[in-house]
Amino acid sequence: MLLLTCPYCGVEAEETEFAPGGQAHTRRESAGADDADFAAYLFERKNPRGVHFERWRHAYGCGKWFHVARDTATLEIFGAYSAQTAAPPEALIAKIRRRRPGWEGWS
Amino acid sequence: MSDLTVSRVAPRGMVTIRADLGGPGAQAALLAATGCVMPGQRRIALQGRRALAWMAPDEAMLFLPPEEVAEVPGRIAAALGAAPHLAVDVSDARVIFRIAGPGARMVLAKGAPVDLAPQAFRPGDFRRTRLGQVAVAFWMTGDGAFELMCFRSVAGFVEDWLLNAARSVDPGLFAEG
Ligand SMILES: [Zn+2]
Repeated sequence: MLLLTCPYCGVEAEETEFAPGGQAHTRRESAGADDADFAAYLFERKNPRGVHFERWRHAYGCGKWFHVARDTATLEIFGAYSAQTAAPPEALIAKIRRRRPGWEGWS
Repeated sequence: MSDLTVSRVAPRGMVTIRADLGGPGAQAALLAATGCVMPGQRRIALQGRRALAWMAPDEAMLFLPPEEVAEVPGRIAAALGAAPHLAVDVSDARVIFRIAGPGARMVLAKGAPVDLAPQAFRPGDFRRTRLGQVAVAFWMTGDGAFELMCFRSVAGFVEDWLLNAARSVDPGLFAEG
């Protein structure tokens, strides 16, 4: 069971109150992209054993989308942050590096 | 000591408000148009027969006497002026239940993943969550009862659910503080 903190409500709630939205920070290939790049955007996802950045929606609460960084193996939540960003906050990345010294980085 | 009761409340006017509610301009406009102070995060401002609830950073719900609902959305729109906004009568969309008496906290705790201990959930607190498998919002009134709203389409299910949960409760688990 994950306990997520919605950055918009400020409430810590269990995962049954949220809906998962898959990998975060995917970037849509724009017009002119070749088929292989667009297929990769559509279908290729990371599947790490460890640090993962995800989108979640507070489906039964305020309804807002937001981002979560967590460990897929230990279920540790590193933090949640606004949906209105294309990259995780520096402070969160620093926190993850302290917790997981061997981590290869998010991008 | 009174008994634990679950009942539908008489229909209320409900107006959904979408706007950038964080700014002082919007809060002053809402106060002027509704007479209610915009409550803080996850709170409801109870003001006599009116109440204003925090639904999301850009969403509020105004409860008011049914006879006022025709006029108030226009007043809110006028007060918010050029700022992007929405104020619409949604009175028919939802049903409100009242859960009162010893064990009311326990009834909700059976179905909502929310800390309902007396020190964690107090009068004026407002929470959107789920009850069983459907979306609800509930809050605590000044007299220590709970009011819960859900979409009208699932009101029958929620009513049965609440009545069933209220058949057997141990109010001692949440000793009122
Ligand atoms: Zn939320």
